[in-house]
Amino acid sequence: MKKLPAVPYIVWMIAGTFIPLLMIVYYGFTDRTGAFTTANILAVFQPVHMKALGLSLGLSVVSTVICLALSIPLALVLKHSTMGREGLIVFIFLLPMWMNFLLRTMAWQVILEKGGIMYHLAHMLHLPFPPIINTTGAIVLGMVYDFLPFMVLPIYNVLEKIDPNIIEAAYDLGAGESTVLRKIILPMCVPGIVSGITMVFVPSLTTFVISNILGGGKIYLIGNIIEQEFTTSANWNLGSGISLVMMVFILLSMAALMKLDKNGEGGMM
Amino acid sequence: MKLQEKNLKLMRRTAAVLLILILSALTAVTLTGCGEKNKNEVLVYSYGDYINPAVVKQFQKETGIKVVLDTYDTNEEMYPVIKNRAGVYDVVCPSDYMVERMRKEGLLQKINFKKVPNIKYIGKQYLKIAAENYDPTNSYSVPYQWGVAGILYNTKKIKAGSITSWNDLWNKKYKGSILMQDSVRDTMMVGLKKNGYSLNSTNKKQLQKAVNDLVAQRPLVYKYVNDSARDLLVGNSADLGVVWNGEVLYSQKLNKNLKFCVPKEGSELFIDNWVIPKNAFHKSNAEKWINFMCRPDIAYKNFEYLTYSTPNTGARKMMAAKYRNDPDLFLSDKQLENSEVLRDLGPEGDDLYSYYWKMFKSSN
Repeated sequence: MKKLPAVPYIVWMIAGTFIPLLMIVYYGFTDRTGAFTTANILAVFQPVHMKALGLSLGLSVVSTVICLALSIPLALVLKHSTMGREGLIVFIFLLPMWMNFLLRTMAWQVILEKGGIMYHLAHMLHLPFPPIINTTGAIVLGMVYDFLPFMVLPIYNVLEKIDPNIIEAAYDLGAGESTVLRKIILPMCVPGIVSGITMVFVPSLTTFVISNILGGGKIYLIGNIIEQEFTTSANWNLGSGISLVMMVFILLSMAALMKLDKNGEGGMM
Repeated sequence: MKLQEKNLKLMRRTAAVLLILILSALTAVTLTGCGEKNKNEVLVYSYGDYINPAVVKQFQKETGIKVVLDTYDTNEEMYPVIKNRAGVYDVVCPSDYMVERMRKEGLLQKINFKKVPNIKYIGKQYLKIAAENYDPTNSYSVPYQWGVAGILYNTKKIKAGSITSWNDLWNKKYKGSILMQDSVRDTMMVGLKKNGYSLNSTNKKQLQKAVNDLVAQRPLVYKYVNDSARDLLVGNSADLGVVWNGEVLYSQKLNKNLKFCVPKEGSELFIDNWVIPKNAFHKSNAEKWINFMCRPDIAYKNFEYLTYSTPNTGARKMMAAKYRNDPDLFLSDKQLENSEVLRDLGPEGDDLYSYYWKMFKSSN
């Protein structure tokens, strides 16, 4: 009887997660005629797919690292600012997230476009116009901009929960500021950092929207290949096969991170 | 004890209600788009924003038939829906090669032209192209809109008349200001046509040559785009680009320096058609819809809204002389002959193009 209230969620999970996943597995392991094949999975080793996958991995690692480098200081600033201002800063930080993701990315397109806002601004200041649009730089910028809040918030949450007594104790025992940061605060942030990394890395790895909008059709990520197989090439089987491989990548990275999280906590205690 | 029992009952009832709600919501979702057999309606599946909304209203008013309009962005998005019966529609608007594929796979039914007398307004030259390419007996499809790809360029930056060939898109002078289409067949078309090959080529050597040329062109290209190409040209972000002639009137209204050219090597022609799927619920309503769409005043209203070239001769007569005789809007017979319609290449052909396309796309 206790399980009864869970029924809606179970139905939801079956309809929303389990069945679609099964369908992807089915399409991934069959060809157009419905016969079993592993060709769609092995297709990831074709040079074009490897190249796109490599580029996707590279760009998402870069943007994750940038997000991390920006987020830790920002989270520390947020923690140390006074009560009222802190709320305001967090609020300002969250504000863009109320806008649609597509619109936010398209805004960058308008800003970076030749003849766009940046172009005129640079022109007015007699500076050379940085031709960043339609390059990998623009993609990284888009990823960092779109996913930064997902890194800041978990780290900030973890920081907030650190007992100030622990930090005070460290100071009392003679630790300097940098020691406290390195030996106390950062290790205690690991769970936040880990979930931040997952929440930035995974969507960066699979995105096709950002590369479509800011790449000008010149940057081809693994997400774009999957999208193309479904929308224009009408080869659902190949698209599903590559999606399955991507899922393995994501699961692997999450497993590795989870292990890191555990070790971090273990080392700390 | 009693209270607990009561609570339990309440909980059970809430859960049951919730479950029913969710299940009915799910069924509702899966059933939308299927419509009902006995209602007086017509289920239309068309490209997004491809019909003048006033025309839809007028049809409902004149015939009393309710129009249920669903839309898609690409043929490839529509095809699995019809093929897998994910939705049942009475009338669909696929392009040429997709008509060919659907007809060959038996997804379409013949139109009863006794009920579509307005077919007489559709220009013979377009029916001929249809017969030669995708509907040999002209019995499954009725042309709705057509168009041709060409180069739109800014005469402030590029001397008017100096663009005549696809090869001009490889001119280093225009580095960083060229726009190309971003879709497999339309982009490959430029690489193939430039070399004098057919845009339906499945010859690996020709495809490889086309890809090599496209890769060589890449550093010169500002961007690969589809629908927003005209906006970038209007806004002076680029100086020349591949666009469809249906965009020309709209673009010139906003930027009078833009000029259009259909390259001398010939180009890609498309015809979008009304067809009736085999499993349509309301065939006779679908025929009424098609007949209505072929009426000159209606076709003219659609032209006003879309500014795409219409195959409707009656509508062309209603246009102002500057549109009626616009060489960009209505190609000469020679240009028509020079141009090709995309053919359905079958799964092997699709995979071949997909392979070369990915090779081009991932070349950095």
